Amino acid sequence: MEKNDILILAIESSCDETAAAVVRNGREVLSNIISSQIELHKLYGGVVPEIASRKHIEKINQVIEEALDAAGKTLSDMDAIAVTYGPGLVGALLVGVAEAKAISYAAGLPLVGVHHIEGHISANYIENPDLEPPFICLVVSGGHTHLVRVDDYGTYEILGRTRDDAAGEAFDKVARAIGLGYPGGPKIDKLSREGNPQAIRFPKAKIEDAPYDFSFSGLKSAVLNYLNGCRMKGEPVIEADVAASFQKAVTDVLVEHAMLAVKESGLNKLAIAGGVASNGTLRAAMEEACRENGVRFYRPSPIFCTDNAAMIGVAGYYEYQKGVRHGLDLNAVPNLKLGER
Amino acid sequence: MKILALDSSGLVASVAIVSDDTLLAEYTVNYKKTHSQTLLPMLDEVAKMIELDLNSVDAIAVAAGPGSFTGLRIGSATAKGLGLALGKPLVHIPTVDALACNLYGCGSLICPLMDARRSQVYTGIYTFEDGELRIIKEQSPMAVEQIAEELNALGREVVFLGDGVPVYREMLSTLMKVPYRYAPANMNRQRAASVAVLAQQYVKAGKTETAAEHAPDYLRLSQAERERAKAQKEER
Repeated sequence: MEKNDILILAIESSCDETAAAVVRNGREVLSNIISSQIELHKLYGGVVPEIASRKHIEKINQVIEEALDAAGKTLSDMDAIAVTYGPGLVGALLVGVAEAKAISYAAGLPLVGVHHIEGHISANYIENPDLEPPFICLVVSGGHTHLVRVDDYGTYEILGRTRDDAAGEAFDKVARAIGLGYPGGPKIDKLSREGNPQAIRFPKAKIEDAPYDFSFSGLKSAVLNYLNGCRMKGEPVIEADVAASFQKAVTDVLVEHAMLAVKESGLNKLAIAGGVASNGTLRAAMEEACRENGVRFYRPSPIFCTDNAAMIGVAGYYEYQKGVRHGLDLNAVPNLKLGER
Repeated sequence: MKILALDSSGLVASVAIVSDDTLLAEYTVNYKKTHSQTLLPMLDEVAKMIELDLNSVDAIAVAAGPGSFTGLRIGSATAKGLGLALGKPLVHIPTVDALACNLYGCGSLICPLMDARRSQVYTGIYTFEDGELRIIKEQSPMAVEQIAEELNALGREVVFLGDGVPVYREMLSTLMKVPYRYAPANMNRQRAASVAVLAQQYVKAGKTETAAEHAPDYLRLSQAERERAKAQKEER
C-alpha cells in the first residue's frame, strides 16, 4: 500500500440495506458488505420504516466489522469515515449517522457526511477509471428520479426531476397491481422478457416548459385503468404484455430526456445510477441510444446500482479531498437536497 | 471500575462517567433539541473537562429501553460505535430500573412513569431493601389505571417520578388510594449517573454484551407488526 493512499470507511443505512465498505483513493473498492432486509419487508408489500430502523441497529456493527475484515484493514488504517446523512428514512439514517459519529469520535477519524444521491452518481467512478466530470447522469431509484449535470466532483445541477412518483415507485405500484409483489423492478424486468412491449400503448407524459421533468403517476393510472377495463369487459389480461408495455413506456421517456440533456449540454458522456439503473431493458435501451448518437455510456454493475456503501465511500473521498468535514452534531436530514449543502 | 453511560430514552439527554464510587462528570439536558445533535457533543465536552482517556473506560452502559424508539436507537448506535472503536463491552440497562435507582435507599415503593403514548406508560414497581434495588414488578408498558390498581393492592406509600408524571398527575389524584408523593426535580428524570451505577453491578455480575450483539429492548412491536398480527388473528 502506498503511503499517500486515502482509505475511507463508508456507512449507508438510508433505507432497507445496512451497508459498509472500504474504498481506496475514491476509485478502488476493497470491500462492499450489504445486509439486505428485503425478505422482511416483502411481508408488508414495501419498506416499513420502523422495522428497517430496528434491523439496522441489529446488523450495523457486524456489517462494519465484516467490511474492515474483508478489506484486510483495521480502523487505525482509515483516513476518514463517510456516512449517508440524507435523503432517506429519518429513523434509518439516524442509526448510521449516530454510529459513524461515535466511531469518528472514539477513533479520532474525520467525519464526512454524504448525500445519498451523490453516492449513487459516484458509483460510476468505481468501474470507469476514465470517467471524470463534466457529464450528464440519470438517477433512477425507488425514491428518486433526477436528471443531473455533474459539473465537477461534488458540484451538481439538477436539470429535471419527477413531478410525482419516482420511476421505481411506479414499478412497485404496477407490480402490485398485476400481482407480482414487492420489489416491483426486478419482477417486472423478468416478466417483461416474455411479453410484447408493443402490445399496449401507454401514454408518455410531457411537461410543458420543463422538457427534462418526468411524471409517472399518469402512466401508473393508465395501467390500472387498462387492468380495470379488461376486468369489466371480461377480457383476459396478459400480465407479461402489460409489464413489457409499461416498462417500455418508462424506458422510452427516460431515454428521450437523457438524450435531450446530452445533446443540449454539448457533453458527450451519459451515466446512469440508482436501483432502477440495474433494469436490463433500461440499460440496453440507453446503451443503444448512446451508440446511435455517438455518446459515451457509463453504468455501474447492478451491485453498485442498488443501495451500497462503496458508492458512499467514493463520494466521501471526493468530499474529503475538498476539505469537507462534519462535526459531532451532524444530524440526519431526510429531505436533503442535491447540491444544496 | 470506570463506566461511561448514556441515556437518550426520553426527552432528557444524559451522559455520565462514573469511576468506582465517584461521579467524575454528568451532563443532563432536558430541552427540545434532538438527541442526535446533542448527545455526542455533550460527551465530548465532559470528556475534555475531565481529561478522559476513552481507553481507560471499562464498559459503556446505555439505557436500552423502553423509551422513544428513535431516542433509544440514537443511544444504542452511539454506544455501539464507541464499543466498536474502543473494543469495549456494552452494558444493557433497563431504562425504568435506572430511573428507580435515582431514589437510592428509598423504603417506599418507587414507581417510575414514562409517557408511552397510546394511553400507556412504561412503568414498574421497585423498592430498596438493605441498600439493594428490589424489583417488585418488572418494567413493561401498561395503562396508568392498571399500575395504580396494582400499587393500591400493595398498600404501601409510593413515590412517582418520570416524564409520565405531568401527563397523568390529575388522573393519579383520583386513582390512588394509598399515600403517594412525587420525586423532586433533582431526581425525577433519566440520569446517566444512575445508568452507570446500575451498570457497575451488572459488570460485577458478568452481565455485559459485545457492541455487535447489543440492540435496544423496545417492549413493543412496530405498528406494522401489530397490525399484521391483528389481521392474521382475525383471519383465523
